[in-house]
Amino acid sequence: MISWIVSNLWLIPAVPLASALLILAPANSWHRTAAGLAIVGQIAALALAVMAFLPTLEAPGWRSFHNFSWFTFGEHALRIGWVLDPLAAAMLLMITFVGLWIFVFSIGYMAGDKNFTRFFAYLSFFSAAMLGVVISNSLLLLFVCWELVGLASYLLIGFWIHKPSAAAAAKKAFITTRIGDLGLFLGILWLYGSSGTLLFYDGGNGCLEKAGLLALGASATFIALLIFSGAAGKSGQFPLHVWLPDAMEGPTPVSALIHAATMVAAGVFLVARVYPLFSLGAINGMTPSLSVVVWIGVITALMAALIALAQADIKRILAYSTVSQLGLMMVSLGVGGVAAGIMHLLAHGFFKALLFLGSGSVIHGCHEEQDIRKMGGLRRLMPVTFFTYAIGMMTLSGVPLLFSGAWTKEEILHATEQWPRSQMPYYLMMAGVVLTALYMTRQMIYVFFGNRRAAAEHAHESSPVMTVPLMMLAACSIVLSVVLTPAWSWLHDYLLGEQVHFEIERLIQPMFFVSAALVAAGIGLGILIYRKDGETDPFARTLPALFRFLENKMWLDELYAHTVIAAARIAARIADFMDRYFWDGLVRAVGGIGQIFGMFSANFDERGINARVDGGASGTRGLGRFLSARHSGQIQTYLGAVAVGMLMLLLLYAWLT
Amino acid sequence: MIAWTIYLTFAGALLLLCLPRPVARWIALATALAGFGTSLMAFFTALDVGTFATIIRVPWVPPLGMEYHLAADGISLTLALVTGLTAVSAVLFSWDVDHRPNEFFFWLLLVIGGSYGVFLSADLFLLFVFYELVIVPKYFLIAIWGSTNKEYGAMKLTLYSFLGGTLVFLTIVAAYVTAGSLDLHQLSQYKFPLQFQAWAFPVMFLGFAVLAGIWPLHTWAPTGHVAAPTAGSMLLAGIVMKLGAYSALRVAMNLFPDGFLMWSKWIALLGVIGIVYAAAVALRQRDLKFVIGYSSVSHMGFVLLGLATANVLGIGGAVLQMFSHGVIAALLFAVAGRMIYRRTHTRDLNDLSRMRLTHALPFAAFSFVIASAASMGIPGFSGFAAEITILLGTWKAYPLAVLITGAGMVLGAAFTLRALKKTFFSDAASLSEGTPSVTSDERLVPITFPEKLGACLLIFATLVIGLYPKLLLDRILPAVEAMKFLK
Repeated sequence: MISWIVSNLWLIPAVPLASALLILAPANSWHRTAAGLAIVGQIAALALAVMAFLPTLEAPGWRSFHNFSWFTFGEHALRIGWVLDPLAAAMLLMITFVGLWIFVFSIGYMAGDKNFTRFFAYLSFFSAAMLGVVISNSLLLLFVCWELVGLASYLLIGFWIHKPSAAAAAKKAFITTRIGDLGLFLGILWLYGSSGTLLFYDGGNGCLEKAGLLALGASATFIALLIFSGAAGKSGQFPLHVWLPDAMEGPTPVSALIHAATMVAAGVFLVARVYPLFSLGAINGMTPSLSVVVWIGVITALMAALIALAQADIKRILAYSTVSQLGLMMVSLGVGGVAAGIMHLLAHGFFKALLFLGSGSVIHGCHEEQDIRKMGGLRRLMPVTFFTYAIGMMTLSGVPLLFSGAWTKEEILHATEQWPRSQMPYYLMMAGVVLTALYMTRQMIYVFFGNRRAAAEHAHESSPVMTVPLMMLAACSIVLSVVLTPAWSWLHDYLLGEQVHFEIERLIQPMFFVSAALVAAGIGLGILIYRKDGETDPFARTLPALFRFLENKMWLDELYAHTVIAAARIAARIADFMDRYFWDGLVRAVGGIGQIFGMFSANFDERGINARVDGGASGTRGLGRFLSARHSGQIQTYLGAVAVGMLMLLLLYAWLT
Repeated sequence: MIAWTIYLTFAGALLLLCLPRPVARWIALATALAGFGTSLMAFFTALDVGTFATIIRVPWVPPLGMEYHLAADGISLTLALVTGLTAVSAVLFSWDVDHRPNEFFFWLLLVIGGSYGVFLSADLFLLFVFYELVIVPKYFLIAIWGSTNKEYGAMKLTLYSFLGGTLVFLTIVAAYVTAGSLDLHQLSQYKFPLQFQAWAFPVMFLGFAVLAGIWPLHTWAPTGHVAAPTAGSMLLAGIVMKLGAYSALRVAMNLFPDGFLMWSKWIALLGVIGIVYAAAVALRQRDLKFVIGYSSVSHMGFVLLGLATANVLGIGGAVLQMFSHGVIAALLFAVAGRMIYRRTHTRDLNDLSRMRLTHALPFAAFSFVIASAASMGIPGFSGFAAEITILLGTWKAYPLAVLITGAGMVLGAAFTLRALKKTFFSDAASLSEGTPSVTSDERLVPITFPEKLGACLLIFATLVIGLYPKLLLDRILPAVEAMKFLK
């Protein structure tokens, strides 16, 4: 059984892939079957993920892998494979489970779309690629799936191609992440060049194991940073985060699945997966590469939380919230709290999917309106959505005790506080926690409380196919707490491969109160500021310049447009000019010289050589004319000529003898 | 057995001249299929792919040592395979040619037969004869059946080819005079003096590389591709550019190993410039075929970079890229030339973006998305397998080159997505403003069966090799390992 699932782990991504292909085959013909196929594929993948989860419980730190060669050259081979360990198993469960409910939700949300079948094919394809990322035991295979995930994301962001903004967002997402992926790609090449293998685990010879790490030495820092640039691209870390808010142009289930729960977490997962590369040669748990991770994470978390405060689009607020939370996870990884970061990733997968689906339900109910300033008072019209959204909001904000997000956030704060280099990230993260609670409170008040504004007039609750997934995910956001508390930190120890203890006295740590106080401050402040219904945002009224700065996303898009993109444009223009005028001009010049030479030769030919030949020819012609005149056809003339000839011959003969 | 590809193709070409018009395309298809089948069989049954093993050897002009001498190894077999594949799809995409079809397919088959000849020649003079044999039919294909500035394109292409041919011919004569043989086996055993190699290598390499689109002698390629009829572009990008790269590897690098090692970094430099530069130019083009033409130059830059690494991975990857680019470029040109241009009569990206082609030609959109993904180096397609192999090799030889190449890959994604978006996924905004769409959906002829077949064939090939590059690399790498210039 165990050996079966390990050697057939590929089935987990293969099943959704197969359903994607099956859906595409009879394109646009069967509506129901498409969704059915996708969901059956997802359920099968979930079942397999559970099967794969069981063996990892056997012993702490259990790990098994299966490798094979992609191609060989001489005695060398480029090998790929898959691995099953607690990290992979936990990710598999989260992705398949959350994915399943998002698939179900999509049936309702996409019901009226004419490309319904294609949507489910893409979703299944995405799911397959994402599961592939998780089980890869080789950086190469991981990169392959990583790029396919990016392709799926491109297709899904641009799914509504009739919206120009969607097409532009899809392109932006693809190219921005591609810049990060370029770093990852270079990291792969470098890693292969120095260690000769791209396998993570290979019975002691993998690049994450002793022998492989020894071969790397000092280059590990650079390789780790290059890999991090790929992770930053996918996980929307500063300065490559700009694509993620725009990606909200895609259908909301896509935002929930790809741009909140799974794909954007892939960067965090990648850093966790190759963590030995980051921590190689660590002193006190610090390396230069990990410090970079910490600071990028801090900047991202704070910046995005601030921007979220000044956004009006319900999905964009959540998008910036996602960016901010991903930054938080990165900080956690960077300061050494690997388990805490992954725990937050898993919890975030549930509650952020919940929030996005909730926002989808709101948007659906408000007839495709996304501006929170036009909503309000929805709590009575959409009770289920309100209730589940509130749970999501409290989990995200980190309201203590009941909600999973609180425990993981507490753990992250704890890990950050322990960082020996500087206390700065700790304080900044505390500010981040307050900001998170603040912007979520703002959103709640705008959407669900106060007076009903324009779009909320005819709002209605969504159908059960959409609300049941909300309730499921909300329940999970709470139930997950069981394995996250410091008293029985099962998930923490499971991920790190340690023995699990249960000590009830550890439940309440000092950090619990710090965290609770911060959240209370954030929510209290939010209620205080946004309590009154007003036409303009109170924040915009008091600090208009700052608000505008944040509302315009710190003008980073404009900055990029005037630097990087402009540079690429200019380079293209120069190259095009070179080709059109310089090189082609050169060719034409050579041709021109040839023609001039040709004219010269032709002249010489005409006047020099040809004149002589012409002269000779006209002489011959004259002679011919003279002779032909003699051929008059009169016998007398001929006879005369013969007689003259005979006479001359006779005279010649006589003279000779 | 593989030698039959040449005979069958030429026989088919001759047969075409004697038969009536209606059967022309069927004869062409049968010939192309026969060649493809033969090359496929030879590819899978070959036992010893590591040596350039003689197939047939007959004296031709004994006093000069010229022989009719054919040989094959894993590299030749791979390239013969892509020739066969491209040939079949090129005929399928020419199914609608009704202007002098017999003649058209005659010239087409001559290009194909000559290409098989180049890939299998083991005699320097024979190789040169086949090499030059390809140029003439190309001229006629473009000048008679071409479009857009066709006389200029045809003339530029031919002149460039002859320029390259002259450089090559010079060095062939010099090599013959020095070594006293034209046999590639003997020549590769002969040790040319270092002084000789130092000048002969760059001249010969450049001569061949003209046809591979080496920067800055690449400008024939975009104009030629644009002017050529669809099948012509497919063959030009799919096969003819490979003739140059293959001969550079088989002849120039193998015969003058020291000269090669002396000059390799300059080749790498030109290759890298080609990758980035052509990608940048492609970003600015308005004509869809020009975009693809420049993308070809960019992709061939990878081949040159791979060759310049002088290690097994780099050169093996270069050969893989020759195969991969052959398939992908053929598909791109097929979509742009046959599926789109023949129906819309425009290739201007701004005009195309107003036509809602996705709705009118869904299969064309599908093929183009696949081809774009493959061209951008999305894993799962052959382009990725080839490029990562090349870059793994390059990392060992020129780490800096890899960094610059990376910029080219981002630009590559940018221009491909731009073309894709403009052609098929255009903005609704541009639809509403100005004149309504030029072409109503009904007027476009749906994609025909031969087109679908040809496209599926190419898509299948790029997917198989992308997922399982071992299939080709198991044949290519032993042959590369046998070469003596390896570092």
